[in-house]
Amino acid sequence: MTANRLAESLLALSQQEELADLPKDYLLSESEDEGDNDGERKHQKLLEAISSLDGKNRRKLAERSEASLKVSEFNVSSEGSGEKLVLADLLEPVKTSSSLATVKKQLSRVKSKKTVELPLNKEEIERIHREVAFNKTAQVLSKWDPVVLKNRQAEQLVFPLEKEEPAIAPIEHVLSGWKARTPLEQEIFNLLHKNKQPVTDPLLTPVEKASLRAMSLEEAKMRRAELQRARALQSYYEAKARREKKIKSKKYHKVVKKGKAKKALKEFEQLRKVNPAAALEELEKIEKARMMERMSLKHQNSGKWAKSKAIMAKYDLEARQAMQEQLSKNKELTQKLQVASESEEEEGGTEDVEELLVPDVVNEVQMNADGPNPWMLRSCTSDTKEAATQEDPEQLPELEAHGVSESEGEERPVAEEEILLREFEERRSLRKRSELSQDAEPAGSQETKDSGSQEVLSELRVLSQKLKENHQSRKQKASSEGTIPQVQREEPAPEEEEPLLLQRPERVQTLEELEELGKEECFQNKELPRPVLEGQQSERTPNNRPDAPKEKKKKEQMIDLQNLLTTQSPSVKSLAVPTIEELEDEEERNHRQMIKEAFAGDDVIRDFLKEKREAVEASKPKDVDLTLPGWGEWGGVGLKPSAKKRRRCPVVLLSRFLIKAPEGPPRKDKNLPNVIINEKRNIHAAAHQVRVLPYPFTHHWQFERTIQTPIGSTWNTQRAFQKLTTPKVVTKPGHIINPIKAEDVGYRSSSRSDLSVIQRNPKRITTRHKKQLKKCSVD
Amino acid sequence: METAPKPGKDVPPKKDKLQTKRKKPREWKNPESQRGLSGAQDPFPGPAPVPVEVVQKFCRIDKSRKLPHSKAKTRSRLEVAEAEEEETSIKAARSEQLLAEEPGFLEGEDGEDTAKICQADIVEAVDIASAAKHFDLNLRQFGPYRLNYSRTGRHLAFGGRRGHVAALDWVTKKLMCEINVMEAVRDIRFLHSEALLAVAQNRWLHIYDNQGIELHCIRRCDRVTRLEFLPFHFLLATASETGFLTYLDVSVGKIVAALNARAGRLDVMSQNPYNAVIHLGHSNGTVSLWSPAMKEPLAKILCHRGGVRAVAVDSTGTYMATSGLDHQLKIFDLRGTYQPLSTRTLPHGAGHLAFSQRGLLVAGMGDVVNIWAGQGKASPPSLEQPYLTHRLSGPVHGLQFCPFEDVLGVGHTGGITSMLVPGAGEPNFDGLESNPYRSRKQRQEWEVKALLEKVPAELICLDPRALAEVDVISLEQGKKEQIERLGYDPQAKAPFQPKPKQKGRSSTASLVKRKRKVMDEEHRDKVRQSLQQQHHKEAKAKPTGARPSALDRFVR
Repeated sequence: MTANRLAESLLALSQQEELADLPKDYLLSESEDEGDNDGERKHQKLLEAISSLDGKNRRKLAERSEASLKVSEFNVSSEGSGEKLVLADLLEPVKTSSSLATVKKQLSRVKSKKTVELPLNKEEIERIHREVAFNKTAQVLSKWDPVVLKNRQAEQLVFPLEKEEPAIAPIEHVLSGWKARTPLEQEIFNLLHKNKQPVTDPLLTPVEKASLRAMSLEEAKMRRAELQRARALQSYYEAKARREKKIKSKKYHKVVKKGKAKKALKEFEQLRKVNPAAALEELEKIEKARMMERMSLKHQNSGKWAKSKAIMAKYDLEARQAMQEQLSKNKELTQKLQVASESEEEEGGTEDVEELLVPDVVNEVQMNADGPNPWMLRSCTSDTKEAATQEDPEQLPELEAHGVSESEGEERPVAEEEILLREFEERRSLRKRSELSQDAEPAGSQETKDSGSQEVLSELRVLSQKLKENHQSRKQKASSEGTIPQVQREEPAPEEEEPLLLQRPERVQTLEELEELGKEECFQNKELPRPVLEGQQSERTPNNRPDAPKEKKKKEQMIDLQNLLTTQSPSVKSLAVPTIEELEDEEERNHRQMIKEAFAGDDVIRDFLKEKREAVEASKPKDVDLTLPGWGEWGGVGLKPSAKKRRRCPVVLLSRFLIKAPEGPPRKDKNLPNVIINEKRNIHAAAHQVRVLPYPFTHHWQFERTIQTPIGSTWNTQRAFQKLTTPKVVTKPGHIINPIKAEDVGYRSSSRSDLSVIQRNPKRITTRHKKQLKKCSVD
Repeated sequence: METAPKPGKDVPPKKDKLQTKRKKPREWKNPESQRGLSGAQDPFPGPAPVPVEVVQKFCRIDKSRKLPHSKAKTRSRLEVAEAEEEETSIKAARSEQLLAEEPGFLEGEDGEDTAKICQADIVEAVDIASAAKHFDLNLRQFGPYRLNYSRTGRHLAFGGRRGHVAALDWVTKKLMCEINVMEAVRDIRFLHSEALLAVAQNRWLHIYDNQGIELHCIRRCDRVTRLEFLPFHFLLATASETGFLTYLDVSVGKIVAALNARAGRLDVMSQNPYNAVIHLGHSNGTVSLWSPAMKEPLAKILCHRGGVRAVAVDSTGTYMATSGLDHQLKIFDLRGTYQPLSTRTLPHGAGHLAFSQRGLLVAGMGDVVNIWAGQGKASPPSLEQPYLTHRLSGPVHGLQFCPFEDVLGVGHTGGITSMLVPGAGEPNFDGLESNPYRSRKQRQEWEVKALLEKVPAELICLDPRALAEVDVISLEQGKKEQIERLGYDPQAKAPFQPKPKQKGRSSTASLVKRKRKVMDEEHRDKVRQSLQQQHHKEAKAKPTGARPSALDRFVR
């Protein structure tokens, strides 16, 4: 490449030199004394040409450097103008004359005419042709892709493809040409007419007819336009949103946020007036937001920004303000909405009015804002407690007791009492509230209070009982002397009324303890039947089902064969006892004794375990021993390979003489002591199994899923069987199956014809193709 | 064998219904159009709804297994398979509504024990046709009897220890044949139809037709003690005193397999109707499970301390009842765990056990039979309380529930007793499979079809569904061989080749760098996976049971 360029530039240089030489001759003839000067100029030029070879100022015009200050009439000089002398300028007279117009036109025409390019060589032309033809064909053929795909996925293909439309005339047409002739028909029609039943009513309504017809073109166009418009609008909106999102100005965002908050507040006010229920929901949302805020560390002055500000705060008033602002915001966000309590305090005396103003719902909503959250519940109960103290001060002693219990609440054992008390409090307060809401008169409320206190007394009694029981049960647990049934009996009593949430941890605990107890029992007397014990446990914890299997799994390895077989199962009390036994009771006993003696010798269990061990050993993959006796040492009868060879601890030696077999998958009967499952492969059955994955499947699970449903008539209904076994291709005997045509699938036929043209004589190219070819070559 | 979709007695609750997902209930635009000529309106438009549980029963694709990511083409195939399954199961569920017959039952008045109800009371309460099904055959002369009902439940064959062999249509009490073989008869069994009868005699196995004509004497099966017939495989399994379990293919008359159980004399045998596995009980307290394809038992279960006296498997193949010399009756779960579900000690031990089609368990103890019932069809019988008891005139020697009838046949020293046991039999029979009312022509046609659908003996295995799985070992072997043959793995992922980029970014160094990056990423993935596996292993090794949680401090 570079060499070529160099040659070109050199060529250009020589031409320039020639050009330059032309006037020089004149000069020579004129002034001979400038010969010296001329040589110097030439040298300069050469230098320039060489320097221009580096590419940058290669295009620079050759400078005419002869002295041209002297203007002579024999010489033309463009010095100073900086313009190239054009041929047209020469022709142009000083003042324009019309006679030269034609010549000018001719000149311009000559100039505009380009030289004819060399034709491309044959291979290249052919390649372009091929490319164009391929593109065209691919485009034409791609139209068939959906058809091919559909046919490949079709459940059934019916050939020949063209179907005759079954000519079904609508019933009303049939009816119109039909008349009742026989007396029976006439009678029926009479009846129908009498009852004004439709006889020749059009069975197809106009609406249905319209829907049957295809959607008209205009409609389709309109629909399309509509869709386009919708899409455009959507894109505009999206673009706008994106743009707004990108705005980096903090001020702008602040303003937007403020505006939004204002709007929300306004809406909420409105909602409160219009729809209080919805407003309550909103309130709940706000409450949730508050909770989120409390949970998060936002606005707590713990962020990166806040820390930096904290450092600055000492000196910078603004930073201090910012921090304060942040904190105040946090306070604001985490502040509880005091709608209910405030109103309560304001109108403590007139309770009925208060009830009217603040519906119960508000309190309830606050209480079970988040049901399953135990922490929330705790705080709620304390809230209600406080409310209770405000409501009636006469229960002070009670509360004191409660306070005492609270102080002791840190200790574990008393925690339960606390729960009970709290629950009790809660219930009472709830009841109070409902009572208050029930009767509006303050006079009546006194009575209800009395009755309420009575109830309180009764409840207290129950509570104390419960507490006592709890203590007892705990003592038992602590000493672990209590037997299982006792614990069983005791447990449900305190638990029955506790709310589920409080109950759970307690329950689990007891279960574990119970389990431990059971274990101890097991150790103490081994005869205790394991399955039976398990059954008891499962009976006891019917609601803790998911725990049970886990537990079982954990213990599966611990199933003891001895236990399994020597369980003392409860004996059946049959109504009809076999006669022999009745008659010969003693003999039966003797017989039993005999059996015991007979089986005393052979230990069934030990035999079985031995057999199992052997089976396990036999099924294990064996290591390959490569030691050659007598290789590199003395050999002969009675000589064993040396210890060095037999040793297997160092890795190198192991790999040399003993190839360890890979460990197989765990045995199926690993955790089943009373079972030996044969791990050998059934090769006879394997011969019937699928051993090669069919094409589109990559994993055997995928293929298995497709063959899991049986298709035989034994397992399916007749219809299902027929459907599952329909042939993939159905042909009509005696009919010619033509290749698929464009019309068959709803395409116009033209595309097919031009495809065929290309396929038939690819050499001949139509004008359209020529155009395309040209475009290709230009590109 | 897997059971056909016909059964299912439990009446489905009508509450939650399932509609076919594919076919939406047709929406009609205007109410006029769905009126008929007379203007009447369909009050229940669309296809009839089907209860979900019933459909679930027929669904066979195990969707719990998560499939690896699949290509679009594969996914479409899977979708088709799932849609097919759903459609067929809905169809099956819908057809099940046509099974109108309901099983019988026996209920005592409040507080009354059903076991106290005796046969005379039942006979008095039921209709004449049913009452006629309770009868006694007093055959004291030829000793304790074994009996067998044909598969349709229409015919009864019995053989006495002292050589008395008879077959009869027990419903009409029409005697087909009655002979004395002049030899001890150990067991008797109908072959695939009532026309053929296998009798295990003192020396050899003999086959008679329903006229009492001896057709074959099979000398390769000698000293046979028990017989079992596998109807779908046309196999007659014989257990002999010599300790051999022999499978005889009765369709071609060839012995398929003779397996040595190596456990002495075999006289306890039963078949699992679900997978055609033979259960043998041994004197060392084990029960072994056999298939003709394997020389060793498929599984061995230690059931009793003493020898096993009787074994029975229920019709769904889920439960096995065993009784042993240690006087215990146990019910085992056969679904992989083989653990006893319930155990009872019987005062005298059970010598014979049998399950009915609907899961009732009968045990013969001396001259008494006890019957226990479960909650429904697929539940094990609860051994707490007997459902029925009956005393016979002699010790029991053979027990079988009659198929499709609420009848229990008991063979004893005093002859044959046919008892009424409400709720024992399947009320709906498959007319194409085992039709009690079939004519001779129908029987012949069925015989041909059944022979065409004969299942090869080598397909008997513990889990018949495993046959519908790909043989992974051969698959992997084939893959390995292919790789060896071709010299490369055709399914292997092609190594990463960076794409050439424009504007001078495709320098060799950058290409190498990109390659390196991808390689590193893959390596990291591998390491991550192996680490995860390790973690899994560790987690499995030591279950974190008592690990304190940070939230425990809040627990009150």
